[in-house]
Amino acid sequence: MGVGIEVSNLNAWYGTNHTLQDINLNIPANHATALIGPSGCGKSTFVRCINRMHETNPIARVTGSVRIGDLDIYQDAKPVEIRRRVGMVFQRPNPFPTMSIYDNVAAGLKLNGYSNRRELDSIVEKSLKNSALWDEVKDDLKKKSGASLSGGQQQRLCIARALAVDPEVLLMDEPASALDPVSTSKIEDLIFQLKSQYTIVIVTHNMQQAARVAEKTGFFLNGRMVEFDSTHKIFTNPSDKRTEDYITGRFG
Amino acid sequence: MRTGYKLRTRFRALADHTATAVAVLSTLLVVTPLVVIFGYLIFRGFSSLNLAFFTKVPVPVGETGGGMANAIVGSAVLLGLASVIGVPLGIGGGIYLAEFGRGTKMAYAIRFTADVLNGVPSIVMGLAAFSLVVLPQGHFSAVAGGVALGIMMVPTICRTTEEMLLMVPHAVREAALGLGVPNWRSVLSITVKTASPGIITGCMLAFARVAGETAPLLFTALGNQFWSTNLNEPIAALPLQIYVYALSPYDDWHRLAWAGALVLIVLIVFAVSLVRYVTSRGVLKGTS
Repeated sequence: MGVGIEVSNLNAWYGTNHTLQDINLNIPANHATALIGPSGCGKSTFVRCINRMHETNPIARVTGSVRIGDLDIYQDAKPVEIRRRVGMVFQRPNPFPTMSIYDNVAAGLKLNGYSNRRELDSIVEKSLKNSALWDEVKDDLKKKSGASLSGGQQQRLCIARALAVDPEVLLMDEPASALDPVSTSKIEDLIFQLKSQYTIVIVTHNMQQAARVAEKTGFFLNGRMVEFDSTHKIFTNPSDKRTEDYITGRFG
Repeated sequence: MRTGYKLRTRFRALADHTATAVAVLSTLLVVTPLVVIFGYLIFRGFSSLNLAFFTKVPVPVGETGGGMANAIVGSAVLLGLASVIGVPLGIGGGIYLAEFGRGTKMAYAIRFTADVLNGVPSIVMGLAAFSLVVLPQGHFSAVAGGVALGIMMVPTICRTTEEMLLMVPHAVREAALGLGVPNWRSVLSITVKTASPGIITGCMLAFARVAGETAPLLFTALGNQFWSTNLNEPIAALPLQIYVYALSPYDDWHRLAWAGALVLIVLIVFAVSLVRYVTSRGVLKGTS
């Protein structure tokens, strides 16, 4: 089951660049939350702070607190533990090129020392079914490399890989921006199904996409969160002038 | 159609053909010496090859026959020792440079040293192994030869490993870290594995390079006219045997030297192909 995320006074820097400023936000459990905003506004940095990927960059720094369920991720846990509870799907599909489809999905478990074959088999099958890829790949699970799939299939493989570790939260950083419309709609259907089991945070440049998949939407601008509300309200009656300007296409 | 368009198209076609011709010509220039040398080796060496060459040890001057069995086995032992020393050190160093020491002064110093070491004449490597192993031990030995060749392998392997690791896309590392895999595990199981075809090529290059080395063995492994696989005693090696035989005044020995050179090259090609074959098995469809 998914858990909620409470972010308070979050600030992040890359070197001297203050990329996130005083973000306060409550992301509800078992819903999809979309983050929109122009390029460079801090959306990606924000999701990378939720699974502590931000700090893998040596010049990056973070202050403030992020609570996932009852866990304060910057106080109570190590980055690797957080990342097992918070899965991430990246903008460009990034399957492990030397691994089979099966090994790609099993990678998170295997690399953490999990080796029960029968359970691995069933987890791989379940994850691929959850990511709507099973029927397309079930015959060459161990024969084909993850890199041999099409872009859309690769991205669903990456979703399966993230799901296999059984996270509570799924972060998606523009998961469909490198895909064609058909693959994009498959990913969106998937988000729709997955949000009953996981808390989903999706960064997107595509406002229709946000409107289609998310209950809540946050608008970021220049490192600050301008507005956070129900998706319906953001797109029909935003409280902030800047939000309105952005969604009506006046800038960004 | 705009004026001048046709002319330009013709010019481009011409430039295209010229570039192709230059590329083909360069390829021929590169391949020709290789083919010529190999052909000449077969021409000179093949006639002296017989079963005795592979099964007998050298015979004293004046007697006919004899072979290089001890040198073939000796070379295998020396190269085995060298690989045991050179491959782990080289790959380990490369991993440090690319993954853990990136940007540090230590890494800079190691990289610089490796590059200098790469350019050091091989006889100097022999001298180093002489003073490190032979002098303290008090005698020449296979171990000393293996150390000399092993040290020679390190810089090449180290630098290729680094280059290959740096070519692994950042996205692949992020994918592993994003799954909650600890950094060291991600480096070993994901990054190194992804770069492994290139790393193996680097190891093979280093192996092939030292396989033909004579100078570093002159005062380490020394050479041996008799059968020996004892690591603590002087051991025969193909390049050494070829060197001795080629400089001798006897026609019979010259023929054996040619045969030895041929066998050396064939064995190197065989070893490299074998490693390629073994490591390419189990590669999946669609892997680049």
